[in-house]
Amino acid sequence: MWQTILRRILIMIPQIILVSILIFMLAQLMPGDPFYGNLNPNSDPATIERLRHAAGLDLPWYQQYFKWIGNVLHGDLGTSYVVNKGWTVTRIIGQRIWPTLSMGIIATILTYFLAITQALVSARNENKWIDRTFIVWNTMTSAVPSFVFYFIMMVLFVYIIPVFPSSGTGIDDTQSFFVNFFSNLRYAFLPALTIALFSTNSIYQYLRSNLLDQQAQDYVRTARAKGVQIKDVFRKHILRNAFLPIASQIGYSITGVLGGAMFAETVFGYPGIGALFVQALSGRDYTVITAVMLLQGILALLGGLLSDIISAWVDPRIRVK
Amino acid sequence: MNEKILDSKNVSVSFRINGELQTALHKISVSIKRGEVLALVGESGSGKSTLAMSIMGLHNAEQTEVTGSITLDGHELIGLTERQFDQYRGVRVGMIFQDPLSSLNPLMKIGEQISEAIVVHDKNAPNLKGHVQRLLTDVGIINPKRVAQQYPHELSGGMRQRVMIAIALSNEPDLIIADEPTTALDATIQAQILDLIKEIQLKKNAGILLITHDLGVVAETADTVAVMYAGQIVEQADVEELFANPKHPYTRSLLRADPSNVSPGEELYAISGTVPALKDMDHSKDLFLQRIPWLSDDVVNATIDEELEVVGDNHFVRGNAWKTFEFLDVTEKGHAK
Amino acid sequence: MSELVKIENLKVYYPIKSGFFDRVTDNVKAVDDVSLTIETGKTYGLVGESGSGKTTIGKVLVGLENPTSGKISFEGQVVTTIKQKKAINYNKDVQMIFQDSQSSLNPRKTIGDIISEPLRSFGVPGKIGAGYDGQRSFEQDKINARVLELLDIVGLPARTVTQYPFQFSGGQRQRIGVARALATNPKLIVADEPVSALDLSVQAQVLNFMKKIQRDYNISFLFISHDLGVVRYMTDNIAIMHNGRFVEIGTTEDIFDNAKHIFTKRLLSAIPSLDVKKREENRAERKRVEREFVQYKNDYYQQIGSYMRAYDLESISETHFVAIKKGEN
Repeated sequence: MWQTILRRILIMIPQIILVSILIFMLAQLMPGDPFYGNLNPNSDPATIERLRHAAGLDLPWYQQYFKWIGNVLHGDLGTSYVVNKGWTVTRIIGQRIWPTLSMGIIATILTYFLAITQALVSARNENKWIDRTFIVWNTMTSAVPSFVFYFIMMVLFVYIIPVFPSSGTGIDDTQSFFVNFFSNLRYAFLPALTIALFSTNSIYQYLRSNLLDQQAQDYVRTARAKGVQIKDVFRKHILRNAFLPIASQIGYSITGVLGGAMFAETVFGYPGIGALFVQALSGRDYTVITAVMLLQGILALLGGLLSDIISAWVDPRIRVK
Repeated sequence: MNEKILDSKNVSVSFRINGELQTALHKISVSIKRGEVLALVGESGSGKSTLAMSIMGLHNAEQTEVTGSITLDGHELIGLTERQFDQYRGVRVGMIFQDPLSSLNPLMKIGEQISEAIVVHDKNAPNLKGHVQRLLTDVGIINPKRVAQQYPHELSGGMRQRVMIAIALSNEPDLIIADEPTTALDATIQAQILDLIKEIQLKKNAGILLITHDLGVVAETADTVAVMYAGQIVEQADVEELFANPKHPYTRSLLRADPSNVSPGEELYAISGTVPALKDMDHSKDLFLQRIPWLSDDVVNATIDEELEVVGDNHFVRGNAWKTFEFLDVTEKGHAK
Repeated sequence: MSELVKIENLKVYYPIKSGFFDRVTDNVKAVDDVSLTIETGKTYGLVGESGSGKTTIGKVLVGLENPTSGKISFEGQVVTTIKQKKAINYNKDVQMIFQDSQSSLNPRKTIGDIISEPLRSFGVPGKIGAGYDGQRSFEQDKINARVLELLDIVGLPARTVTQYPFQFSGGQRQRIGVARALATNPKLIVADEPVSALDLSVQAQVLNFMKKIQRDYNISFLFISHDLGVVRYMTDNIAIMHNGRFVEIGTTEDIFDNAKHIFTKRLLSAIPSLDVKKREENRAERKRVEREFVQYKNDYYQQIGSYMRAYDLESISETHFVAIKKGEN
């Protein structure tokens, strides 16, 4: 088992290199550079050229890449040109990552909780009104763009019924961890709940059909033939088998945390990585863009690894030696 | 020892399909004594498994209508509630299924799956581990301790079926239903499992309902045989009598279609047509006659007696066609040799 | 009798990888050094339990898999690898029938499409294509004529060309599979458990039919099965397989009346007999063979760890070969 995990981690090294090259090239392909929007259009072209030269932007891409990756390996992700001008990217990300993580974890837990509850109720009441209600709800949330719901939730719970704060993370660097933890909860909860409410559909649909499939399996008949009551068959046999493929998805859902946060953080004015990415994109702050994308890439690979480990852990059939 | 452990009288089963009741099983009467193996034989669609599911009460209650009477050791089963059925499933009746791999929960250790069958009826069962190991030993598993700790996918097909049998035996049932227990297994394993079933029959003194489509399995294992076609019993007899003296055209056709009963030089008898769909089953006729091309419409469509005719000691046949039936192509030589 | 296919020293190994670097540390020997000659117009039974390697031989023979080593020749030409097979349009002459007619027919294609597929790949055979006059006609007309002819051969009405597999019963689907296999007028058909999923009555139809097309077109069959009852009825020669090795080869009579290898005896004793009077006797015989198997297996197998490798075949008559320790016969 440990050998397999170690091997998987080693395989990740070339994957990360590949991802970093891809990200770097994507950033290069973006039109314009940080100086275009921020300089006085009347600046002397020679001055711009000098600035670009100083930033190394006139070098061929591969040289820029090696310079960049070399710095990355030393923990230097460069300096922001736009978002927090002059700050190191490491510092910006360091500040922004905790709110995103806390919101992401809460959102993930809530998503699974809501999706699983809905799927269980649906599967036990197939084709009854409650099942149909959940189906309609989940179809609707997958059909309508999520930011529409985000605005509705925002208006509803911040302005009409003001139970949640409107913007910020509730984190104050001068306060202790515990104070920050609880104050952040208040700020993170609404965006997290909103993400969760509207992203249950894929897990819900998958789990619901899984549960229904599993109910028709032969081993269910065996359990019934032993004299096990239907509800116990459900609890002891069907659930675990139906959850199996979902469990392995949990790893991948980590990857979705950053992506899902982009809209939510922007709409709710919650300054995390997602909001940072949106800001950086619009400002072409490409040191920040590449750093966030790299982070996302690494998270995706880690998520895949985590998924594999979870599958091997919960399914005796794919247990590795 | 001659008490009837299972007695079914006029059992009919209908399924509600698109709002319409369609009869899958029509007035089946069979009984099994303690220590007796009754084989239900017939092709797919004959309703053999439907009868087993009715005895187990495993039909979807909302879509199924079961009428008639099934008694197990004198207790009526038809009309029991789900909870009442749970009380005796696995205790008085144990069941073995066709595919032992899919019939076992892939995520549960063998030991847990067997002990569940015990615990569900007796929460405080003493010495559970010992009981499980004894059951595994009973079904011929040599290293029960290890097997109890394994998962289904780690065992061979034969071992898995032994485990299924151990589950069925766990509460010393009065009746064991084996639904195609060897169909998914290799020949040598099939022989071992059939021998094990015979051994259990002798040791445990339970009645056994063996459902199969394989005449060889019947000949090796059964005491009495009921041949089923399209939801009805067409012939019933003691096993020796049935193979020596088959009467109904269906029984005779099956025997002439079996390659192990026909010499390589001769042609197999291929029954033409297919089993009618549920909605086309008119049980006032002998439905098999439709599949004999040379019979006249009068014979095929004749309404027949509901009761099976007694043609010998414990030998019953349905309808009248058997009295005059001849194979058209060749005489019936070579059969049942 | 002319020799159609010759398999020499065929080996199919699947590597087992393990360790940190996923190195090949061992092989699963699915097929381990077997040789077999198939003559024109004969039926060969390949019998063994699941996992014995019988299906692998079938797959290699039709070109669904490449052998690890060995040589296969077809009418004198070497056709060991898939590439060599492609080069001479080998699959025009060698076709396969599968066990599961449900999953081996594409559900989205009509029966006409399914049967004409090999015709589109290999062309319409001229010899028995009596449906057209031999003149150069449009290829599609020839194909259509041939498809109708094939449906007629397998006893399905012409209107079925536009129907889909789900509209047919198991036996009918199996006959569609046979029609597809017959389309190019092949010389050898590999039939992998062609009737094990079928009811007795339907099985009889398919078996009769296979015998009939053999008589009519002088086709050779490699009949892969675990059912010895069916094999006895269908075959002229039988090879018994165990753990990737042949343990006994002979004519059907050699095997059934004069079995020499303990594994063959064990298989034979497991056949359920329809003779009810003999069942106690059979059971006793099975027990006896089982004891003999345990007691004498060293005479028949080389014990390599927990793996039992059958010895090489020794000839005991012109047609009959048994895998026993040298000097034991």
